[in-house]
Amino acid sequence: MKLKHLIPFFIFVALLGLFAYAFRLDPREVPSPLVGKPAPTFALPRVDAPETIVGPDDLRGRPWMLNVWATWCVACREEHAMLMRLAREEGVTLLGLNYKEIRGDASLDTSRISPREEREAALLRARDWLARHGDPYRFSVLDLEGRVAIDYGVYGVPETFLIDAEGIIRYKHIGPIDERVWREVLQPKWAALEGATR
Amino acid sequence: MRSHRRAERVSAWRGVAFAAMIFLLAGGGGFVRAAEDAPKAQPVGDPALEARALKLGHELRCLVCQNQSIAESNAELAHDLMNQVREQLAAGKSEEEVRAYLVARYGDFVLYQPPLKASTVALWVGPFVLAFTGVFALWRALRRRAREEVPTLSAEEAARAEALLRDTDERGQS
Repeated sequence: MKLKHLIPFFIFVALLGLFAYAFRLDPREVPSPLVGKPAPTFALPRVDAPETIVGPDDLRGRPWMLNVWATWCVACREEHAMLMRLAREEGVTLLGLNYKEIRGDASLDTSRISPREEREAALLRARDWLARHGDPYRFSVLDLEGRVAIDYGVYGVPETFLIDAEGIIRYKHIGPIDERVWREVLQPKWAALEGATR
Repeated sequence: MRSHRRAERVSAWRGVAFAAMIFLLAGGGGFVRAAEDAPKAQPVGDPALEARALKLGHELRCLVCQNQSIAESNAELAHDLMNQVREQLAAGKSEEEVRAYLVARYGDFVLYQPPLKASTVALWVGPFVLAFTGVFALWRALRRRAREEVPTLSAEEAARAEALLRDTDERGQS
């Protein structure tokens, strides 16, 4: 048998390898163009004190994480205990971006709600949730229309951004954080950011 | 042989009809759903502007249901992004500026026609390279075959072949 006749076989094996590789990729994880860029600025009311308007500049000088959450988001509930642990034991500064608390909830009919009612209801729900499950955030802000989330390229909840002391986005994690994600992905990056600050 | 081919054709037609039915069902379903969700998307008053927004929306890929454009998708985020497109066009921004706005946030992924750059060269050039390679291989194989000598039969061999053929024909008829 000549080597030439084996060419189709080699092509087949190469294609098989390519498919095997592609099946391991998750097409739902779209790489963010914002990594390496300054965190988009915003001015949003705090959940615990809505008369206070805060933005990313309030956390300048140390690394922090922006975590997108909502009370209607099931996966956020899943990662919440992990966030509590990160805040308590790992000393992670978390800013919670509450995403479309009312109009994002598919179980609510929000067609006839006034902007004031929406805000009041969102504050109530977010505070109640944090009171019941614990509050891991330095502070949470209210993004009722999801506009700030669009600036961050958010396309689902939860999502978490690692931001360094200079306010540059260093990494984006899509989906809930669990012990494995923290240990294998986020913790080394977080340690590097903290090391750079010291 | 003939009837077999006809059967093939019939089943092919059946396949086409089936595909058409599926297409109609899927399209019909999509239409009904779009109608239900209509109040969520807010078309602007100006029909010319709305047409521009929809045209642009059809070129932008939804990140939630990744095989639909933001104009077609019923995902919440697609509605939000469509409203952003409308607002920005209404504010006098150009199509190019709106596209740049979304690419800055979501990356080239949102474009159904990604720009030609180092990371997308394979995407743009790959099909042509593959097609060219295929045609070249075919051309070479055909040329080689044409050059191959057709073996000629001696008179004796030709007579034997003829006898064998006649034999099979007769057997086939009986």
